Amino acid sequence: MRAVSKDTVKKAFTATIPVMTGYLVLAIGFGILLKTKGYGVGWSIAMSGFIYAGSMQYLAIDLLCGGAGLLTTAVTTLMVNARHLFYGISMVERYQNTGKKKPYLIFALTDETYSLVCSEESVKGIKEPKEYYFLVSLFNQSYWVLGSIIGSLLGNIIPFNVEGIDFALTALFVTIFVEQWLTAKSHVPALIGVISSVVCLVIFGADSFLIPAMIVIVALLILQKELL
Amino acid sequence: MNLHSVLIVAVVAIVTIALRFLPFLIFGEKRKIPEVILYLGKVLPYAIMGMLVIYCLRGITTGGAEAGIAQMIACAVVVVLHLWKRNTLISIIGGTAVYMVLVQVILG
Repeated sequence: MRAVSKDTVKKAFTATIPVMTGYLVLAIGFGILLKTKGYGVGWSIAMSGFIYAGSMQYLAIDLLCGGAGLLTTAVTTLMVNARHLFYGISMVERYQNTGKKKPYLIFALTDETYSLVCSEESVKGIKEPKEYYFLVSLFNQSYWVLGSIIGSLLGNIIPFNVEGIDFALTALFVTIFVEQWLTAKSHVPALIGVISSVVCLVIFGADSFLIPAMIVIVALLILQKELL
Repeated sequence: MNLHSVLIVAVVAIVTIALRFLPFLIFGEKRKIPEVILYLGKVLPYAIMGMLVIYCLRGITTGGAEAGIAQMIACAVVVVLHLWKRNTLISIIGGTAVYMVLVQVILG
């Protein structure tokens, strides 16, 4: 494989710093929680290595402790992670011709990684976009796995109060939303996303609004294309 | 180490991976990507970031009013900082710091 330029590595690392903050904290929390339920560091490495989906891993702890059925487990995962279909649909074109890196790029497409690679602006000025996508994906998962290990091993000796630091991920999404708002030609897609989600949240509640919101968003986006 | 736990982790992993791979398997390298998917690829990122922001804030509907207000204030700080400095790190660190002070010191 061709060597990646320092510039690309540096840009990829800088872009992932906000994710590092949020991931370390959330993954440490995950590791601690898993450990308190009797599942040690091997489990947290396996889950962060092979599942690699934040909120689902937290939920999986409940499933493990409750001894949930496999069908229940599958359906719960389907409901919680269905949004990943979205990420795939919008990355199909951009991840074309990424060769051997492609399976990992697809596997590692979390909310946060997606938010860093999803728009054309995100790779503006990047000379090696494929390498950049790969490094961003890899850095992000490293933080997540590292945090899980730290949580499992050292969870109970973390000295300072980190309550609220997980807001970093919300802040990341808000920042990207604002940045996209400032650069987008049309605000209609962003408004469709926000308004559909709020309406579905009010109607269906916090636990089950995501799938209806996704359906409404796709329907409205297609409708506005037909009308405009 | 018990088998049922291993199976639960395996099922979560397989379903998650399947969801991530499905669009790429359907619209693979060789086939021509349909017009509508190309279109969605361009507009979805804007809509999804809006959806993710609401997803992060969904707890407001079930959590206490105070936590909700703290989140709204911190989000406003992020927006203002970003409009002002246009620097991702400053916006995120500033907003997170404000949120931590709010939940630890004022509500804590």
